[in-house]
Amino acid sequence: MASGIAAEAAAPLPATRRRSTRRRFVRRKSWIAFLMALPLIALIGALVVYPAFYSLYLAMLNKGMEHFVGLGNFSFLFRRDLFWMVVKQSVIFAVSAVIFKALIGFVVAHFVHNIPAKGQRKWRGMLLVPWVIPPAMSTLAWFWLFDPSYSAFNWVLSRIGLHGVPWLGDPLWARFSVILVNVWYGAPFFLIMYLAALKSVPEQLYEAAAIDGANWWQKIWYVTLPMMRNIIAITVLFSLIVTFANFDIVRILTNGGPIDQTHVFATWAFQLGIEGGDLPLGACVSLFMFPILGVAAYFILRDINRRGNEA
Amino acid sequence: MSAVLERPRTASLRRERRWALIWSYVFLVLFAVLFLTPPLYMLVTSLKTSAEISAVTLPWWVFHPTLENYFGLFDSEAYRTFFRNSLVVSLSVVAITMVISILAAFSLSRMRFWGSATLATGVFLTYLIPETLLFIPLFKIFAFVQDWTGIEMMNHWWVLIIVYPTLTVPFCTWIMIGYFASIPKELDEAALIDGASYFQVLTRIFLPVALPGVIAATIFAFTVSWADFLYPMAFTTSVDQMVLPAGIVTTLIKGDVYNWGQIMTAALLGAAPPLLIYAFLMDYYIAGLTAGATKG
Amino acid sequence: MAQVNLRKIVKDYDDVPAVRGIDLDIADKEFVVLVGPSGCGKTTTLRMIAGLEDITDGEILIGGDLVNDVPPKDRDIAMVFQNYALYPHMTVHENMSFGLRLKKVPKDEIQRRVKAVAGILGIGELLERKPKQLSGGQRQRVAMGRAIVRNPKVFLFDEPLSNLDAKLRVHMRTEIKKVHQKVRTTTVYVTHDQVEAMTLADRVVVMNAGLIEQVGTPHELYHSPATIFVAGFIGSPAMNMMRCGLEESAGALRLRLHGDISLPVPAERVARYRSHVGKANLLLGLRPEHLTETRAQTLPGQAPFDVTVEVTEPLGMETLVFFSLNGGEVCARTNPSANLQPGKRAPLLADLRYMHLIDEASGRVL
Repeated sequence: MASGIAAEAAAPLPATRRRSTRRRFVRRKSWIAFLMALPLIALIGALVVYPAFYSLYLAMLNKGMEHFVGLGNFSFLFRRDLFWMVVKQSVIFAVSAVIFKALIGFVVAHFVHNIPAKGQRKWRGMLLVPWVIPPAMSTLAWFWLFDPSYSAFNWVLSRIGLHGVPWLGDPLWARFSVILVNVWYGAPFFLIMYLAALKSVPEQLYEAAAIDGANWWQKIWYVTLPMMRNIIAITVLFSLIVTFANFDIVRILTNGGPIDQTHVFATWAFQLGIEGGDLPLGACVSLFMFPILGVAAYFILRDINRRGNEA
Repeated sequence: MSAVLERPRTASLRRERRWALIWSYVFLVLFAVLFLTPPLYMLVTSLKTSAEISAVTLPWWVFHPTLENYFGLFDSEAYRTFFRNSLVVSLSVVAITMVISILAAFSLSRMRFWGSATLATGVFLTYLIPETLLFIPLFKIFAFVQDWTGIEMMNHWWVLIIVYPTLTVPFCTWIMIGYFASIPKELDEAALIDGASYFQVLTRIFLPVALPGVIAATIFAFTVSWADFLYPMAFTTSVDQMVLPAGIVTTLIKGDVYNWGQIMTAALLGAAPPLLIYAFLMDYYIAGLTAGATKG
Repeated sequence: MAQVNLRKIVKDYDDVPAVRGIDLDIADKEFVVLVGPSGCGKTTTLRMIAGLEDITDGEILIGGDLVNDVPPKDRDIAMVFQNYALYPHMTVHENMSFGLRLKKVPKDEIQRRVKAVAGILGIGELLERKPKQLSGGQRQRVAMGRAIVRNPKVFLFDEPLSNLDAKLRVHMRTEIKKVHQKVRTTTVYVTHDQVEAMTLADRVVVMNAGLIEQVGTPHELYHSPATIFVAGFIGSPAMNMMRCGLEESAGALRLRLHGDISLPVPAERVARYRSHVGKANLLLGLRPEHLTETRAQTLPGQAPFDVTVEVTEPLGMETLVFFSLNGGEVCARTNPSANLQPGKRAPLLADLRYMHLIDEASGRVL
């Protein structure tokens, strides 16, 4: 191909002919580019986009997947109290976990930022450990810490004269426990993000604010938060999606129990679809994670477009 | 720092700063204890005998440390299989992921074609689609692929090599696009004039210059595929096909009799590879983590 | 032989024209500088010669071969970029030899050439360093070394000195000139700095708004600018442009600058300007060095006139004197010993032998 171009170029050519060679050269370059991106396109198309749309269709089949039932599965779900319980629990789980993760991350990031720079690396390294351990493994440790008869937490509580807590046995405590573990696992991620954001706020802004008479709280409110707004928004959004879709923690700690009170969309869909053998109904449940996804996608796209315009 | 603190005129400021520092350390210690309790308790338990675990003594301390849990696991055929499967799956996924995402990132950040800008945004959006939305349709899709081709898709560890890249490729591509985009355009132009082909620009200029990004993406791909729990739970059922997380949870926790020493040891060893990578490559790990949000 | 010929080169970016038809013939071993304000199309032209931009229309020939569709690597050119574009992960030696290694030149040959070029540029001790460990001037040398070592037909420089501080820039300018005198390779050099253009070039190409305004030696551009743009662009401080009228009386011509200032046109220019008598929109172009303090002896063609000095800028060897005329500011270069004071009336001398008469409407120098 290259030698062909050179040969053509050597001979004088009429203008139109020459232009078409040039265009062919440009087109060939973008063909190579397309081919390089093709594995990505194929992967995403076949294993993400296609299944996502296929689940829409799947959700409208009967249990045996022989015939089309339209919105039958949805109306079946809407009539079940358990479904509404799962909706409520998913929202409570995701929203409260994300709020606490963000708060703890923000506060601890400030503590790390406060101490002399040479010690920060060490602390940061320690505090990120919960995020590094595969959640399935660390949740097992929590499961053991929550054990009804040997709970090491209850041992401490009983030493200081308190009653042991039924961490996973009582519905309310179980809900608290799954949120606690999720916060423990996710807060370090926020910590790292916010620490990076804090470091990017120029020190002169704080000095200027101090000269203007701002106190500690006003510096956070008028300098830190506005400067970190973007990163806070994106981490919260991101974490909201991931937390909504969480499977590992609830599955291992409670598997939905006691009496299905801690199920979230993912674990319930797994139970219905894979273990219960009703794939359409499972698909139907998991589809309820779409709305939150849509909202997130909207904000992220808006953000990307806005940045594109600024550039 | 100390020079500022020792100026006598600023005594009140100095006292204020000192208190802020003390409180910071107090809370950091508190949070570090909270954050590190579960992994440390894993370690403590893994060193205990079954007798000590069920005895009513201080649970936070080991009085008779033993490695019998570790040796027990090394002897366990099943656990060795999990570990091997995890290793083969994760390493294959890392290789596939890096090839796909580096090629795509190079094409999307430098060469451009019709629709490439949309695709770059789309890549990020697909990263947001959670696996929990996809495992049921994928389950069904594998069933009919099996019907068509006769290839048995269900309950094989290698199926994970096919599905895990959906978790890793979008984010790794996104990281690599960010790193590639920060390479000045003149660098590839200089290389083109020096006589490099596009492929040589990628291998001899882009990859070495963006090496931190390559390392960060590799770490990400490895840790994600090592840690995933849902796909192996959904797609593998027999012991010889399982990877670590699913294997430990489904085979060691059976019935009401838990061998906690064994379980904690298994979990700790399962957590070891990502922890070791983190310990040695912390800066790259964190760079990869923050790259997604700051470059997005 | 490595002449470069541009034939009616056009470049549009999505229908926005950047270069609007350029014809230029660059001779073998010639040092040509493209100069003009930012956005004039000079860098685009250079990048089209390099093959980094494709051409919308026209032809480019290097060494007599049409290279429109030849990729950059097969054009046998070398380029020095504004930000040097050194490969950050390679040592100086690896940077310089990268192109040769890609071409599979034998190892000892590479060694020999890198050593030789490093010697020319005085970077022999830096060969094992990484670009990060180099100063701006050293990076500049390495970038040049990388170009020279390949022994190409044509060197392309894209504003190579604009990232250096003023002092170093002057120094490197001389270096570049020395190197060119040693290796004698056809060179196309882009800059926005007219001083750089004048000091380096065999011929300067002044570009504006995608077109060539004038091509010529530095001397020609300075003393016989063809257009108002070139007249204003070349020279610092810039040429004074004074609105004037051209009057004829008794066979002689006079320039009327202002109600009470009227200067005689030198006799040798009368024939050239006669046809423009009475025209509107005429400008008198006169460089500051041709407006001086009065001298003891006035030569034919020099004319004294009085102005009110507004500001003076003593520079040591000369003093710039500013005054206004018809609402425009005019600059004169005077001898400090004349001691002209702001706010005072002072006599000045206009050396009209070096005058330019410009038609503002067409932009041509008459």
